[in-house]
Amino acid sequence: MQAFMKTCTALALILSFTAHAGAQIKEIGKAEGQVTIVAWPGYIERGETDKNFDWVTKFEQASGCKVNVKTANTSDEMVALMNEGGFDLVTASGDASLRLVAGKRVQPINVDLIKSWPNVDDRLKNAPWHTVDGVHYGVPYMWGPNVLMYNTNVFKEAPTSWKVVFEPMDLPDGKPNAGRVQAYDGPIHIADAAQYLMAHKPELGIKSPYELNEDQYKAALDLLREQRKLVGRYWHDAFIQIDDFKNEGVVASGSWPFQVNLLKGEKQPVGSTFPEEGVTGWADTTMMSVDSANPNCAYMWMEHTLSSNLQSDLSVWFGANPSVPAACTDGSGQQTKEGCSANGFDNFDKVHFWTTPTTKCASQNDACVPYYRWVSDYIGVIGGR
Amino acid sequence: MSTSAAIASTSAVLPRRGGVLNALSDAFWRNPRLLLFLMLAPPVLWLGVVYLGSLFALLLQSFFSIDEFSGLINREFTLKTYGELLLPSNMDIMIRTVVMAASVTIASAIVAFPIAYFAARYARGKWKALFYLGVMLPLWSSYLVKVYAWKLILAKEGILTWALDKLHLTWLLDAWLSLPVVGGNSLSVSFTGTFIVFVYVWLPFMILPIQAALERVPGNLIEASADLGASPAQTFRNVLFPLALPGIIAGSIFTFSLTLGDYIIPQIIGNSQYFIGQAVYSLQGTAGNIPLAAAFTVVPIVVMGIYLWMARRMGAFDAL
Repeated sequence: MQAFMKTCTALALILSFTAHAGAQIKEIGKAEGQVTIVAWPGYIERGETDKNFDWVTKFEQASGCKVNVKTANTSDEMVALMNEGGFDLVTASGDASLRLVAGKRVQPINVDLIKSWPNVDDRLKNAPWHTVDGVHYGVPYMWGPNVLMYNTNVFKEAPTSWKVVFEPMDLPDGKPNAGRVQAYDGPIHIADAAQYLMAHKPELGIKSPYELNEDQYKAALDLLREQRKLVGRYWHDAFIQIDDFKNEGVVASGSWPFQVNLLKGEKQPVGSTFPEEGVTGWADTTMMSVDSANPNCAYMWMEHTLSSNLQSDLSVWFGANPSVPAACTDGSGQQTKEGCSANGFDNFDKVHFWTTPTTKCASQNDACVPYYRWVSDYIGVIGGR
Repeated sequence: MSTSAAIASTSAVLPRRGGVLNALSDAFWRNPRLLLFLMLAPPVLWLGVVYLGSLFALLLQSFFSIDEFSGLINREFTLKTYGELLLPSNMDIMIRTVVMAASVTIASAIVAFPIAYFAARYARGKWKALFYLGVMLPLWSSYLVKVYAWKLILAKEGILTWALDKLHLTWLLDAWLSLPVVGGNSLSVSFTGTFIVFVYVWLPFMILPIQAALERVPGNLIEASADLGASPAQTFRNVLFPLALPGIIAGSIFTFSLTLGDYIIPQIIGNSQYFIGQAVYSLQGTAGNIPLAAAFTVVPIVVMGIYLWMARRMGAFDAL
């Protein structure tokens, strides 16, 4: 009986999906009563973690759409959930967004229906991670850089180059950097090495840190092998890195503004900087499922993400940057101009945003090393090979 | 008097009882095999479909390969993926994991034996209760909390370093940490740290089987050995140890297999070098290299297969 009920529900769902499939809506109708969002942890807060951070309650009251959140911890999980169906929106990062577009899991967005679209940062409006052939597949949500975090007791002046974490040297306090620096425990860190080489070995001809041919890739791995000798432990969990800065004597590492803000909040002697080589970063987009059952509420939520206290408060909460520049200064939430600058708002041009490396790449004649090899080779590098 | 009258009034063949449940009960009584079938069907289905089925799906995946160019899975039978396992960096991971599992097992056995011996021979009454509580208590708190606590204990500026500093023993720690392989910047970023935490976390699984085995060793055998003039060392070697061996091996199956599969501890404590579990985790993720991840998971299955076969020969399962 239960199985029969399940089949019925599934059939009903499929029918309701097909009814909406593929149709880009022309106008926002009546609220359906709910909207279901796949999001990163901490992205959609209703004041339950900290009562000062709430950007859901008011939306629910005003629109009549109940917000359901399903958190996902990796981009792969997000893609898998969207493939499964049953969700209206997803906050997709750059390595997931194009996969979703290519897999036809998300639908084009009619930006004319989103009143606050003109307020979106011009630098993000046509970003290649959500705009394909001039068609918008989403609304920018948040972005953030991977900054260089350092200990202010050791560095009286901010380090100007990523050199401190890539090459053996003495730090300003006269002691070597070996054992006192960290690097990210994920294959995408190869891009950080490539970015360093882009500035220091121009003869390699690297155009983008995510598009590396065999020679460039090999050079990046060689640099990382040298770095292995300097790094005691690689970081993958923000709170472990925070602990390592406090208890493990780590003084410099690539990091997120999130950790920097938390450590500063604990009155720890840390600072962060954008080194001269530039930084890598991430940018997330709210995208709408191709078979969204609640398109009206979905559009209302997308408008809400741009026009409410969300951009301002979330950028404080997450240590990120709003997609609406006004949110830094208009007092809609707790963010300030200084806060945005600390999170790297003015350094957009220095950021190489994360995309998944594939063999197809414009800058190296479609002969790039794909991501799955980044994974296995980075495991080797960490293992000392 | 009235009961005998009641019995006398009914015939030997009772009338059929009414109701669905009673009818069912009668059917089971007449057909014992039906009952057996119904009782066995769910566990057999579980074991056959859910457990073995997924295991075979996994094995099947390991015979596929990933296309070098596009990164897509090539669903044709090949041994190429197993060939990749033999690459030096992948061999490193397997050797590292097996060596760690073996050393954790040996150390756990050495630490657990005296504790288990005390509990089996000397502890009585409330001491016995205290022993069980002491051994089980760590299992009641979350595994993650324990590991994070150890991170703080072992950190460069942590409790252990502080204590050694007060005891003027910092030189000892520094000397140990300067050793290759087991050393590092601090205990929490060295294999020594990973090893200590593994031993701590899996120790209860070693103590309990050894204690059970020791309790079954008759006390008069030990006394007889002493009466016949054996030294305590000889008694241990020739009487106690061989009789406790099945328990030690049973415990070692737990510690060995648990260490072999763990991927949380080496992520938090250690120098970030991968263990098999971590390799599987990162290969099946964004990399989408499920064939290699599956091939990696076959390694612990094979290692444990050999281990269990050896354990059986040593008599670890005789008591089951």
